[in-house]
Amino acid sequence: MISALIIVFREVIEAGLIVGIVLAATAGVPARSRWVAIGVAAGILGACLVAAFAGELANLFEGSGQEFFNASILLLAVCMLTWHNVWMASHGREMARELKAAGHQVKTGERTLTALAIVVGVAVLREGSEVVLFLYGIAAQGGTSATAMVVGGGLGLVAGALVSALMYFGLLTIPAGKLFQVTSGLITLLAAGMAAQAIVFLQNGGWLLYFTGTVWDTSWLLSEGSIAGKLLHTLVGYSEAPNGAQLIAYVATIAVILVLMRMVNRRHQAARVKHA
Amino acid sequence: MKKLILALLLVATPALADGPIIVHLKNHKFTPSVIKVKANQPSMITLFNDDDTADEFDSSALKVEKVVGGHSKGNIRLRALAPGKYPFMGEFHAATAQGVVIAE
Repeated sequence: MISALIIVFREVIEAGLIVGIVLAATAGVPARSRWVAIGVAAGILGACLVAAFAGELANLFEGSGQEFFNASILLLAVCMLTWHNVWMASHGREMARELKAAGHQVKTGERTLTALAIVVGVAVLREGSEVVLFLYGIAAQGGTSATAMVVGGGLGLVAGALVSALMYFGLLTIPAGKLFQVTSGLITLLAAGMAAQAIVFLQNGGWLLYFTGTVWDTSWLLSEGSIAGKLLHTLVGYSEAPNGAQLIAYVATIAVILVLMRMVNRRHQAARVKHA
Repeated sequence: MKKLILALLLVATPALADGPIIVHLKNHKFTPSVIKVKANQPSMITLFNDDDTADEFDSSALKVEKVVGGHSKGNIRLRALAPGKYPFMGEFHAATAQGVVIAE
């Protein structure tokens, strides 16, 4: 029962933290709950499909289908997070100011919500497919231990959701003016971590085998296998022994997002001065 | 996207010096559970999951997360490893499914 609790808790919290950040990043945007709910629902459906076709998926690309799939959806999420941050850099402030303006504003707000719904979907799909496979395995074995495991899994789900909710409400205590800066910072690190993880999947699939040497090793300080290590891995892409390609992807993602944000921000400000 | 996939596929996988290392997972235990590989060169583990249910070969030290379904197999590529011990586990049955890769 405890093992089921821990596994489900860990997977739920990994997806839940990402959902929490997305919810905080869109605080005050109308219709966001609907989009996040769509993302979660699509993620759960996708998780069941991935679990059901795990064998077929694995056999693609000479046995590297799983790695290719994981890298692809992670890179998709990185693009969506980048787009969100860049979009917010040009429109976010007005949106926060003119929150109640109807029509046009709301519609443009929904565009970035689609991107974030995809991110939520990807997070739920990745962690969810493991939970589905794990629970399915227990159910298939049957017996009395199965009941205990399902109870453990349920408790893990509740505990994971609670911790994610705590983080969300914690973020909401940040004053509205600063919240945008904090969430765009968190989203930048989230994207960088996902890009680095995508590189690892590509390497495991046998692709992009450049700069694979370990750059440093902090496993003695914080193991990636521990709960704290896993959480930091999810949130900011902590890696106990990153290799060169991972680091390049991490730094490059941050650089690209910051440069794009600055560019659109400047262009937007210039446009505003012209109008005034 | 197509170009990207093509480019990725063109980056050929270096051939392995020796064949893959065969590992079986049965009753949620790895055999062998101690796997020796040569340090500083890539190697490959072919994991046969002889159980009815899926498990995930998981190792943060090896940077591998790979789901292998029940009664199927999965190839796990290991990058060139510095000499040392790299523990791994079957995440869904971590109580029994434990092992270690030793690079030397």
